[in-house]
Amino acid sequence: MIRGSFTELLIIALLAAFAATVPLIANGYWLSVCVTGMMYIALATSWSMFSGPTHYISLATAAFFGLGGYLLATGMSDYQQPFWLMLAIVPFTGAVLAALIGLATLRLSGVYFVIFTLGLAEMIRNLVSWIQNNFLGSRGLYVLTDYTEKHIYWMLLAVAATVYMLGWLINRSRLGFSLRIIGGDETVARHVGINTATAKVILFITTGFFGALVGGILAPRYSYIEPNQVFSPQLSFLVVIVALLGGSGRLWGPLVGVIPFTILWELVQTYFPNQTTLFLGVVFLVIVYFLPHGVVGRLEQILKQVRKRRS
Amino acid sequence: MLDIVISGLLLSGTYALVALGLNLQYGVSRIMNLANGEMLVLGALAAFWMFTVGKLNPYLTMVLAAPLAFVGNWLIYRFLLRPLVSRSKNQGQLEVDSILATFGMSFILIGIMISIEGGFFAYKYLSIPIEILGTKASLSRIVAFAVACCIGLALYLWLNRSRTGMAVRAVAVSPQSALLVGINVPKISALAFALGGAITAVGGVLISTFITLDASIGVIFTMKALIIVIMGGVGDTRGVIIAAVILGLVETTVATLIDPGLTLAAAYLIFLAILLFRPQGLFGRKPT
Repeated sequence: MIRGSFTELLIIALLAAFAATVPLIANGYWLSVCVTGMMYIALATSWSMFSGPTHYISLATAAFFGLGGYLLATGMSDYQQPFWLMLAIVPFTGAVLAALIGLATLRLSGVYFVIFTLGLAEMIRNLVSWIQNNFLGSRGLYVLTDYTEKHIYWMLLAVAATVYMLGWLINRSRLGFSLRIIGGDETVARHVGINTATAKVILFITTGFFGALVGGILAPRYSYIEPNQVFSPQLSFLVVIVALLGGSGRLWGPLVGVIPFTILWELVQTYFPNQTTLFLGVVFLVIVYFLPHGVVGRLEQILKQVRKRRS
Repeated sequence: MLDIVISGLLLSGTYALVALGLNLQYGVSRIMNLANGEMLVLGALAAFWMFTVGKLNPYLTMVLAAPLAFVGNWLIYRFLLRPLVSRSKNQGQLEVDSILATFGMSFILIGIMISIEGGFFAYKYLSIPIEILGTKASLSRIVAFAVACCIGLALYLWLNRSRTGMAVRAVAVSPQSALLVGINVPKISALAFALGGAITAVGGVLISTFITLDASIGVIFTMKALIIVIMGGVGDTRGVIIAAVILGLVETTVATLIDPGLTLAAAYLIFLAILLFRPQGLFGRKPT
């Protein structure tokens, strides 16, 4: 990974400014597609901030996302708290969950981490359903706000921009440097005196923080919150695909992956609603066998070859 | 109380079988196979389908499914996973690649299975209650337990008494050293992967006789098998069997006393305890 430069930041700022005007042009179906796309950008960028350098595939996104949405709904529906207060609280619960998972698994090998996150969303869903059925009694939660898709889109854009900025800063910091060494060779990292577990846990906490935040922001979109819906494990896999398709080696990799994937995913859902799982499987295999470093990695490889031929 | 112990033990027989299959794939072939649960569900689907369409006895399906699963898994290893093994520079790279590739395979399998049967694989076979030690258990559970024990024992004897079994164990210990003493490591790895898949599919057929499954439930079985393998210690047959018994008992206890919806949460609790206190497995030694 190359250090984020100021030119890169400028381009991203221009893109963000352009993206902010989208709700003025698009509405209805296309705006809703854009909201979904922006959600993937925010989630996948924060995912690859952790998984890009460390190569640990986190499948906890759905757990954080669900936690954010569910807690926000509980606060608003059962305790009559305002939306903004809950939105300020939920990211910290995501961060705490991430810290606990990180402390339990990231000290050990990466496989344990992947396995632990694999069933996490499903386990939390079971737990939440059980608590809800046995102790709370209420079967559904309502999130009623005045916010429409347009507002959700802008909130997500703000989160995505913050995530990007944070990722850019981390890349230039000591923490980013140590993460790249960990990704290169963990044993070497430990020998040069990097506290590998701490570095990984800190990065994973940011993923949890933003996952829960995005989950909270999207809650008004559903308006009726149910554990089965917000803890859908599929989201974790979609985020992994978006990030890896673009390439998690660069901070802007997920940005490249999100547009083609969102369009493809919408098409598959519309025309082949029964084959969505099959499609996800095929995309996974395509990534592993043909695009191991994502679209960005492939483009860089081609550029390198072109340059070699010229010189 | 005795109720829980007996049904927990009966359940753990099948769990042990499935975990032994995964153990062969991960311990010997070094492939973290996250499509393991889907292989199990595929076995269950085969049993369901043969029973409803062909009126075929599930145990007969098991005999037919095992060689098919063996060939299928061998092909998967040879053509999809072997290239990943040869291209990866280290174990970490292989783990990431195999995790992603097997995710892909599991989704493809789920997609295919949904298009065959979208609902539950519900059928009844041998659900006659039988009394043992004052507790009632259905005959299908007892048969499943007995079959699982027989296969487990056969596997154990094969691994410990035969020449090929010894080669398999050698690769499990160290693929590099196994290569030095003239073992064909790629061939043994493929064999172990295929055998592991076949055992898992057989486990699926057995489970389908007493638990109703559906096409997308595989990941839960993958989780459970992984937890058992980690708890028992990768490559440790004895540890895996004891771990399966522990998981079976804890799960049945939670399901009976608290809520059947919390079995996965119970499995996670065990997993967490293992990660915190004995990450090397029940009988493993601390790495130096």
